Amino acid sequence: MGLISDGTTIFDAGALDSGLAKGALTFIKKLSASTSNTLTFHNGASSVVLDNTYKEYLFTFNNIHMNTDSARFQFQANVVGGADFNETMTTTLWHSQHNQAGSFTRLAYGSTSYDQAEGTAFQNLSSAGPADGNAERSQVGTIRLFNPSSTTFAKHFISEFNDAESDDYCTTVRVAGYFNTTAAIDEVRFQGSTGNFNGDICLYGIA
Amino acid sequence: MGVISNGTTLLDAGAIDSGVPTGSMTLIKTLTASSSGTLSFVNGASNVVLDGTYKQYVFKFIDIHTASSANLEFNATTNGSDFNITKTSNAFYAGHREDASGAAIGYSGVDEAQATGFQQITTGDNVAIDNDSSIVGTLDIFNPSDTTFVKHFRSTTTFMGIDGSVRSSNSGYVAGYFNTTSALTGFQFKIRSGNIDSGIIKLYGIK
Repeated sequence: MGLISDGTTIFDAGALDSGLAKGALTFIKKLSASTSNTLTFHNGASSVVLDNTYKEYLFTFNNIHMNTDSARFQFQANVVGGADFNETMTTTLWHSQHNQAGSFTRLAYGSTSYDQAEGTAFQNLSSAGPADGNAERSQVGTIRLFNPSSTTFAKHFISEFNDAESDDYCTTVRVAGYFNTTAAIDEVRFQGSTGNFNGDICLYGIA
Repeated sequence: MGVISNGTTLLDAGAIDSGVPTGSMTLIKTLTASSSGTLSFVNGASNVVLDGTYKQYVFKFIDIHTASSANLEFNATTNGSDFNITKTSNAFYAGHREDASGAAIGYSGVDEAQATGFQQITTGDNVAIDNDSSIVGTLDIFNPSDTTFVKHFRSTTTFMGIDGSVRSSNSGYVAGYFNTTSALTGFQFKIRSGNIDSGIIKLYGIK
């Protein structure tokens, strides 16, 4: 059954009509880590949408807590049909820092061990995470992934994380770059550089 | 026909009632470039809303492919036709080359000091024009219809660049203000030299 108001179709065939004004930010999926080694968003699995439905996808990270001292939060992707999470990427990474004692500040490009030049490793997104003994510390942030289903262009992303870091540092890490492939990406995985982690990751599509 | 549930109007006159939560981010307009000299969003033209309806507007750049190796730039108008508003801005960039021959963060000379020219929002190496290269990013405009304050903006972009024959990841961060208390009624985007070969620019309103 459909519903038409004043000549305008409001809903039909079990969905709101596409011409109806509604929010552009659509929640797709929330995954919660509980001493998890990885969290993976794969198009078509567990109601995840990561295809050409949206031109931009937004991941949000809520209180990611690394359970191993100095672990860094990372991500990688697979093209359609891929399984190894080893897509080639070139990235930039810079950070700003201030410690709790007020005795140290820094704005700098990240170490070459944290960015990638046509590398296939997981990309660091954060600074060194808190140890398990610092239960109140966490990392929050976002990643914007642009047009992952394109088969013409490289796939760009932009991330920003703020960390309550080991050794009492407040650190903001900004990473941007591209997966240097024209194949469509349909799967994204998050992990710690070592050990497991807790926290929530939400995926949104932007119409 | 309208629909009223438990005394609350859900829809009437062909639209969801304004009291029903529908999300705070609204897609206003999508423009698609095809060898375009400029793309313009002007309040009241072609269903564009750029007035006091929203306090924040967001432009999204999806795979902007340039015909020549030149930067994406923008300007604003107060009369709908002359895009030449005085602005002061700051800019910096982070870059990393695919062959790992260079990585840096630095202040960028694309800033403006009370200038009326178009503001570059990509910075770093020259923009690559390979078939798989593109520009992505966001531009926030705050309270453009205000007649008391200057009008602030901030942008984050990332793109595939080129220096000699080496490709690179570049991210640009530009912020500033249009130094006018007149309401801004439109924005125009172009490439400093040559056309926008292809790509999408979306305009959203944030409640």
